[in-house]
Amino acid sequence: MLEDRTKGEVWVFAEQEEGKLSDVPRELLGKGRELAERLGVRLGAVLIGGEGVGAKLSSQLFEAGADVVHLIEDPALEVFRGKAYRHSFVELIKECSPQIVIFGATHMGRDLAPAVASALKCGLTADCTDLQIGDYTDKKCTCEDGSAKVVKDVLLQIRPAFGGNIIATIVNPYNWPQMATVREGVMKPLDPQPGRTGELVRHAAKLEGVEIPVEVLEIVRRHSSINLKGARIIVAGGAGVGSKENFKLLHDLADALGGAVGGSRAAVDLGYCEHERQIGQTGVTVRPALFISCGISGAVQHLAGMQDSAKIIAINTDKDAPIFKVAHYGIVGDLNVVIPKMIKAIKQKG
Amino acid sequence: MNAQTKGREGGYNCVVCIKQVPDTKKVTGEAMKPDGTINRAALPAIFNPEDQNALEAALRVKELYGGTVTAIAMGLPAACAILREALMCGADKAYLVTDRKAAGSDTLATSYILSCAVKKLNPDLVFCGRQAIDGDTAQTGPQIAEKLDFAAITYLEDIEMDGDHAIATRDIGTGVEKDRVKLPALFTVTEKFGELRPYEVRRVMKYKKAMAPVENGGVALEGDLAIGQLSCDDIGAEADRCGFAGSPTNVNKIVSVVLAGGDYKEVAPTDEGVGALVSELIADHTIG
Repeated sequence: MLEDRTKGEVWVFAEQEEGKLSDVPRELLGKGRELAERLGVRLGAVLIGGEGVGAKLSSQLFEAGADVVHLIEDPALEVFRGKAYRHSFVELIKECSPQIVIFGATHMGRDLAPAVASALKCGLTADCTDLQIGDYTDKKCTCEDGSAKVVKDVLLQIRPAFGGNIIATIVNPYNWPQMATVREGVMKPLDPQPGRTGELVRHAAKLEGVEIPVEVLEIVRRHSSINLKGARIIVAGGAGVGSKENFKLLHDLADALGGAVGGSRAAVDLGYCEHERQIGQTGVTVRPALFISCGISGAVQHLAGMQDSAKIIAINTDKDAPIFKVAHYGIVGDLNVVIPKMIKAIKQKG
Repeated sequence: MNAQTKGREGGYNCVVCIKQVPDTKKVTGEAMKPDGTINRAALPAIFNPEDQNALEAALRVKELYGGTVTAIAMGLPAACAILREALMCGADKAYLVTDRKAAGSDTLATSYILSCAVKKLNPDLVFCGRQAIDGDTAQTGPQIAEKLDFAAITYLEDIEMDGDHAIATRDIGTGVEKDRVKLPALFTVTEKFGELRPYEVRRVMKYKKAMAPVENGGVALEGDLAIGQLSCDDIGAEADRCGFAGSPTNVNKIVSVVLAGGDYKEVAPTDEGVGALVSELIADHTIG
């Protein structure tokens, strides 16, 4: 246990499956680097898995920005099982007293993080879109001279709430570590620094006598050909597209541009496109070089997932649609007319 | 799901945690106040969508393997509305957990209070919706399980029973996993499980009259029209772990999302307009 908890490290959970890291740990390390430098502490990556996972992945974590890799290897941790991971993680936090622990808001992160926070009786903010360090003025708690108490350098956890209609800043200034899950695709990874290295610390799993009530019988991986997060250009449609048949037009435009096709929640609910294509607060967050929005009115929850795109073209028949408020180019017109013109122009000029 | 796998004698005692939430999908015009904040009163209060899927999971287990289904809601007395809905759909018993001491609870305090209530009912299976549409945290379910030391299975899509175990199919984001889970266990259920069955007309006629004492001048109704009412004391929840006192997270600031923008470049929906736009995008290497 650390005496002065403000000296504790900033940690990110480096989730892995089958010995592979997704983009998420790199994104978390990108943000974690910023937080750790601001606080003047080390950035740690917590890597949990079966035998050999450390040898395989530690160097990638150092190159992505970690100063320390806290490694727990055990055959019982080969596949993710909530209780086993939770138990080992909680013991590790008790041993090392990090001041901040962040997880990806992935299926695994959203299973593990709440259980860890519950066991430690500390706060947890879900699905953050930004994290900052700042001071917190506690109006409920006053100092002897009557002024409000100020807690220095706490983690400001920023997240949309209420269907994306408000942005809340949450703090947990007293029950540490301060914990948060972070939306996928929101934080920017650092450019990998080949050859960058750090300290590898092995820890025991401490699972002796812990009964694990879950046996994983089978895992069937989905190999989706849809990769919105990696696409440079995205053509997305909403309810205004009108039918599944009309959605083919968006695919034609995407093909002409070498881009991917996405949809708003309404388009997914109406069956115009697959769930994997959903962009927004409850779908994926994207920031492509070019986002072409077709027949999407622009609900706040959708805008949350695409408004950081470098260039946004909005096509909509309703000139008052909120989508135009985030657009760089606006075309008030029928997408069934505009898209063919666009495809024609691309083929002529491209 | 099929009934080929074996249940066990007496079936399963299922508890479902449900929440009444403002319908955040309806946040439009009249639901926003002039200052940009949300007028909660203008939003209809609904049965949280994924909690309906959770209720369906419990009802299916009961239908195939026998047992009972008990619904619990924590909240203001108005939450009895969704407990009545649960009874109309087939729940056997309903409880409202309501207490001033619970006001201001974050997920940690909420999960503590609910875990105390669930414990009293001694269930084999607990079902929660994956997340509620007002907070979208997905934290309460896993935290209830941790506090009770129950197995926790998140993102449940299907379930079969096999004696003292459940065979659970869950979404792991990168695929689908099948688990053998020792009871007692808690499951968080997604919409992929399937929609909640419609009300039974006979039950609607009966349970529209169900009430908790708080709705009836403090008097409990007779028989199965009684919605049970529990305070923090009734379930043995310690006051310093409930409400504001038991909530480590504080809201520091709230900002309404107000779209500023509006100064986009207008492009005419003509060959010339679209052509010029495409040329501009090629020139700055956005495309091509």
